[in-house]
Amino acid sequence: MRRPAPRVLALILVVVVVVAGAVAYGVSAFRTQRAQVASSTHVAQSDLAAVEGHNRIVFRSTAPGDQYGLVAMVLLDDPAGPRAFTAVACDRVDAVPGAESCLRTVRGIATRFEAQLLDASWQPAQTWPLPGVPSRTRLSADGSLLATTSFVTGHSYATTGFSTQTVVHRADGTTTGDLEKFALTVDGQPLTGSDRNLWGVTFVDDTTFYATAASAAAGKTWLVRGSLTDQTLVSLRENVECPSLSPDGTRIAFKKDVGTGGAKLWSVAVLDLATGAEVVAGEKRSVDDQIEWLDTSTLLYGMPRETEAGVTDVWSVAAQAGATPAIFIPQAWSPSVVRN
Amino acid sequence: MYLSLRDRPAGPASSNPESGTRQPIVRVSSVVVSLGVVSLLTDISSESVAAILPLYVTAALGLSTIAYGFIDGLMQGATALVRIAGGWAADRGDHPKWVAFAGYGLSAATRAGLLVAGGFAAVTALVAVDRVGKGIRTAPRDAMIAASSDPRTLGRSFGVHRMLDTVGAATGPLLAFAVLWVIPDGYRTVFVMSCGCAVIGLAVLGLLVPDLRPRRAAWLAKHQSRDERGLPRCKGCTCTVPGLAPAGRPFSWRAIGTPSLRRLMVAAGVLGVLTVGDGFVYLALQDRSGFATQWFPLLYVGTNVAYMSLAIPFGRLADRFGRARVFLAGHVALLGAYVCAGTSGGWAGLTFAVLLLLGVFYASTDGVLSAIVGQIADLSARGTAIGTAQTVVALARMLASTGFGLLWYTVGRGNAMFVAAAVLAAAIMACWFLVRGLDVPADSAAPAKSLA
Repeated sequence: MRRPAPRVLALILVVVVVVAGAVAYGVSAFRTQRAQVASSTHVAQSDLAAVEGHNRIVFRSTAPGDQYGLVAMVLLDDPAGPRAFTAVACDRVDAVPGAESCLRTVRGIATRFEAQLLDASWQPAQTWPLPGVPSRTRLSADGSLLATTSFVTGHSYATTGFSTQTVVHRADGTTTGDLEKFALTVDGQPLTGSDRNLWGVTFVDDTTFYATAASAAAGKTWLVRGSLTDQTLVSLRENVECPSLSPDGTRIAFKKDVGTGGAKLWSVAVLDLATGAEVVAGEKRSVDDQIEWLDTSTLLYGMPRETEAGVTDVWSVAAQAGATPAIFIPQAWSPSVVRN
Repeated sequence: MYLSLRDRPAGPASSNPESGTRQPIVRVSSVVVSLGVVSLLTDISSESVAAILPLYVTAALGLSTIAYGFIDGLMQGATALVRIAGGWAADRGDHPKWVAFAGYGLSAATRAGLLVAGGFAAVTALVAVDRVGKGIRTAPRDAMIAASSDPRTLGRSFGVHRMLDTVGAATGPLLAFAVLWVIPDGYRTVFVMSCGCAVIGLAVLGLLVPDLRPRRAAWLAKHQSRDERGLPRCKGCTCTVPGLAPAGRPFSWRAIGTPSLRRLMVAAGVLGVLTVGDGFVYLALQDRSGFATQWFPLLYVGTNVAYMSLAIPFGRLADRFGRARVFLAGHVALLGAYVCAGTSGGWAGLTFAVLLLLGVFYASTDGVLSAIVGQIADLSARGTAIGTAQTVVALARMLASTGFGLLWYTVGRGNAMFVAAAVLAAAIMACWFLVRGLDVPADSAAPAKSLA
């Protein structure tokens, strides 16, 4: 038998070393992950019955272990106390009495994403497919409307300038369509740019809502007030991202870029709708979440832990200039305050 | 490592197709197959990462991906120009293999970088460097495919390469999602796998692909005698003048400005401006069809599967019926895809039709364009010419996305598709007059011509 050429032997060597290395890494990662999943979640737990029916905070639990990613809830009076787990896994969750919205990743060879409207017993009432990674969701106060924002992901879509899709669905399964199709008016002028984006809906009532509109070409974002019946969006103010209406409907909490020298730093701010007065809280880290109102004076939002990948905490900060944030619910994400 | 493919007789043999004699088996060069395997591995590497990057950035790094798309768009424009530079370096130095190696190496290095990168800025920078690597390698690689193929079956050679390339592009995302399925949050495992594929691809290129010297080979073919080559008269002589380095005709920019190349570039540019991007076509489908929405993140896999299975047949068609003709016919398929996407009424079959038509479009344009350029460009500037043609197409398509976006909002999604289809129909007819002279009959395209 002829000896193979040295370069062929060298190639075989490279292939064997690389494949062995990658397989070894994969197996060890698999074992580590299995060990992590097998270990039970180390958090104090309570029964669903003990929390449901009371004023509560519904959220996604990010405590490592077999219950990672499941929706859980705690009593409003004892946010850091024992949590009651549901069997539902969501990337983003919002809840009102009797209904929940859940954006989730359906893993598989073909990973897909979907939005679900869940009933009081956490069973799906409606399911809608999403075109990409979930981003934001909000329900209207009576649970009749559900807004979803997802990224539009996949191959080479990025160049088309469409990076998010925001849709308002009705509880009966119908939809009002993509908000990008609504007529957008900025400072009295219609804006028809190809690169506009909409995200982060917050409902006022069953026809009116606030959201963020952006144009990459103009390099601006606007707070817009939208009407589902007229299919219109009207800009109110520049430089507002991800609005969230206060429970009394008088103020809007949002993310505001306070970075200097070109670097973006999204801090937490509150706008008084009647006076136009704006205060920026003392959050020094960049926030990427749609803020939730704990009460009329306190804001909640999620922050990833820098040291632990995949673990996040829910923080709270007073709606005042320079207020200092503090951890509110450890190992949690996507908080939603439910008052019965 | 030969891929044997039976072929209809080409060239002089075709004068008597009914003769009943055994037809010659035309082989695709092992260089083409090796380059195809390199592309396959590299595409598994890059597409597996590209598919999970949005998930990784949002889920593992906990960051927003809104800025990502914008940066990606900018980078595509910048790397378009790198393609010309890559082709030029390959022509100038007459070592296309090592220019391509540098490009593949750069991309492989970014995979290793992903294993240690933490922040969004680092990830974005690595994606950018990866694109630069892709820009550098494309033109020299296509020049090598052209240099190592029989000019009569150039279309098929590119078809074989693009088929292997697309197999990688289609399997990469599926492999990545399979890993994430088995190991949730196994992003680093995907990066390790991706890095491994890139390293093996680089090794295949470095160890199996010969260091082709297209210009030198052409010079040697033209200057057969020792005298012509400026060598001593006898093999043993050492006393005469040192032999001239047979480097062939030096590179000249003038070689890419020939009338036929100019006409092709204009046609490719005009058609490119009317190629609005798959993203828009998928979005138009998704707008009307629940089926398309449900499978939206995977529609491009469908297009890739169609492209993959059609790359060789359409390359062969191009060899037989004229490459410019098939190139134009591919744009007719694109037109069909626009019409289907515009009329879409929620019928799943229409989604499949669109994916198939897009597959036909890629199979009859991507590799075929390189084959046309490889056929008509002067050998001394083949890499630069291929790089220039790809840059023209890339820039034109960027322009198309911007312009079409505007149309999209002014007249609505369905109508925008119809407008694009109508203008494309007119452009295809106009381009027919531009490029129809570029198809030389198979008989006259004897192997010697490309070496002239």
